Amino acid sequence: MPKEYKTPMLDELEKGPWPSFVKEIKLAAKKNVMSNDLLGLLERSYNERLGHWKHGGIVGVFGYGGGVIGRYTDLPEEYPEISHFHTLRINQPSGWFYTTEALRTLCDIWDRHGSGLTNMHGSTGDIIFLGTKTDELEPIFKELTEAGFDLGGSGSDMRTPSCCVGPGRCEWACYDTLQRCYDITMKYQDELHRPAFPYKWKFKFSGCPNDCVAAIARADISIIGTWKDDIKMDQAEVKKYAENGVDIFNDVVLNCPAKCMKYDGDKLEINNNDCRRCMHCINVMPKALRPGDDKGAIVLIGAKAPIVEGALLSSVLIPFLNIDDDEEFEDFCDLVEEMQDVWCEEGKNRERVGEFIQRVGMGNFLEAVGVEPIPEMIAYPRDNPYIFFEMDEDEEEEEE
Amino acid sequence: MLDVMKDRITDIGPPDFKEYLPPAVKKNYGQWKYHEILEAGVLVHVAESGDKLYTVRCGSPRLVSTTSILFYTEIADKYCDGFLRFTSRHNVEFLTTEFDNVAKIKAEMTEYGNPVGGTGPSITSIVHTQGWVHCHSAATDASGVVKAVMDDLFEYFNEMKLPAKCRIALACCLNMCGAVHCSDIAILGIHTAYPRIDHENLNKLCEIPNISASCPTAAIRPATVDGKPSVELIEEQCMYCANCFTVCPAMPLADPVADGISLWVGGKVSNARSEPKFSKLAVPFIPNNPPRWPEVTSAIRKMVEVWAENARPYERMGEWIDRVGWPRFFKLTGFEFSKMHIDDFKYAGLSFKRSAQITHE
Repeated sequence: MPKEYKTPMLDELEKGPWPSFVKEIKLAAKKNVMSNDLLGLLERSYNERLGHWKHGGIVGVFGYGGGVIGRYTDLPEEYPEISHFHTLRINQPSGWFYTTEALRTLCDIWDRHGSGLTNMHGSTGDIIFLGTKTDELEPIFKELTEAGFDLGGSGSDMRTPSCCVGPGRCEWACYDTLQRCYDITMKYQDELHRPAFPYKWKFKFSGCPNDCVAAIARADISIIGTWKDDIKMDQAEVKKYAENGVDIFNDVVLNCPAKCMKYDGDKLEINNNDCRRCMHCINVMPKALRPGDDKGAIVLIGAKAPIVEGALLSSVLIPFLNIDDDEEFEDFCDLVEEMQDVWCEEGKNRERVGEFIQRVGMGNFLEAVGVEPIPEMIAYPRDNPYIFFEMDEDEEEEEE
Repeated sequence: MLDVMKDRITDIGPPDFKEYLPPAVKKNYGQWKYHEILEAGVLVHVAESGDKLYTVRCGSPRLVSTTSILFYTEIADKYCDGFLRFTSRHNVEFLTTEFDNVAKIKAEMTEYGNPVGGTGPSITSIVHTQGWVHCHSAATDASGVVKAVMDDLFEYFNEMKLPAKCRIALACCLNMCGAVHCSDIAILGIHTAYPRIDHENLNKLCEIPNISASCPTAAIRPATVDGKPSVELIEEQCMYCANCFTVCPAMPLADPVADGISLWVGGKVSNARSEPKFSKLAVPFIPNNPPRWPEVTSAIRKMVEVWAENARPYERMGEWIDRVGWPRFFKLTGFEFSKMHIDDFKYAGLSFKRSAQITHE
């Protein structure tokens, strides 16, 4: 008989209108002794205001270095069923679309080999299988791969790329996020499964500047859709929005960051030459305004959370890439590999590429990877005079 | 060798997403014309072909049992030709071409405990981390805080009555799995006690140069303690980031009293109107108070209400604060402003007020 835990603290979190994770743990605990012990341990954490998980530990499946996060409780005698409670990251399909058949297969594997608890999904985008024993890892891996699934990334490797819903269900997708996310994932399977980098490396694909996967905040390479030509406009629909109560002057025109719009109460005008492609006007009136036809992506580099040297947002590396074009995509992949080579060679242990660029200087980094510096890459030129002048030899001779 | 090594399959990657797209998505792929929000949590996307695809967006606790996933599959089999998807913020979405199915999906999912909402100017699911459920470095729980906050803010999930969307995210320590640092409101677990150095075991468990290198302020130096190789900590240089603990288990910081939550405000990732920006410190420390963290939920409600009352339409939290200024934010929320709010890390001077443009509160 599994132990019966009293959980008055957690029971409190079954109340209220928002879906309850406690209900989920209890549902799993009905079928599974691991989840039952998790319930007991978590109640204890709530009482003690302290987590009871030990630091990592190296576990995994044969031939891979990532995809499994080792986890052990520090109270194994009291909660023996979760003495090991490892996580598996399973690479999600692009855009998190599933057939019910695939989900049932995943659930069946997990019910037989693990806790029956998941995250749909983890922060990186993977399906998370939350909690199993070391002995179960190989059987799970075998069944997963036979069902067409594979592990995602963890540790100092290429992390599982993720993308927004893109052309699957969004009129604003400026490139095929689902396809390019899949392509990158397939091309770099070795980098994803076998950590060989100084630290993690993330790709995130957003189809437009609304950036629904927060690429600019958290991906080492952020690929954000944009367009070059004019915003497509349907004046009749603009009128309908106005008739239906949209305050076009105050809510659209005055919110334009480029001040490139005019509205005389009848017709909307856009000076597309000045437009920054921020998406605001399109967001407000999706039936009237749409991104243009000459679509592609901006590639930005270097975002990360605070650890170690402080948080960074990605900054522009390539202002426009026709990423749906196979040749341009291949060139982009070549550049990625070049950047990874430089970073692997010169980067310090646990130094993200954004921090590496801060340390060596963006100018030097660009030079090392063979990219020309252009004004699109900066918010403003340097405002200090501490310039490392690099004169070529001829000039130096002249000075002598 | 284990028999699992026989006929081993590796490096196959994820399934091809094209096999998992519903027929209406496959047919209209890249050919969507526009969308409308019909009600909170219900979207319709209209294709160039004239096809209409309805989406019902349901909240989820992220931590989901197989039992519940199997329930979702039943709904999808009944109404959505056997397809469903999840969003980047852990919601589960049901896509159907039949408008009549919308109300049925809504009713069945709500009945099961997954309410419908999170579209447009609303507060949708909170992106979050593992917390005490599964993480070794957590300074707070994740799922419990999220549950308490969303219960409190529920009216903003299933109604669209805010000036703009408000994105809330939680990370249970500074590692920020999930990168909460560009959210309208970020809930961040934070330690305030120094690492306790286990001199007895440190040299067996960790590499000393790695520990020194991990410290952003160079507060950790190699030292010999009781004849054993270990490290020493310059306490006045420590800002409790826990990066040393990440590389070395012999330097734990977690503490029932000194761990808690900090609140950050005004970040965004979208480029709409203003450029993406980081969240800024609103409340430096609130002690953990499970199971419902009432001090956290009331501080968050305060920020949401003050913003909702004062912002212009479409103005995100950070855009509103940028317009009216931080003195107004602190005055209206009543949050105490202290020395801790003034940056003293790298480039700190950039955050000082370097102009004579000022309001008088």
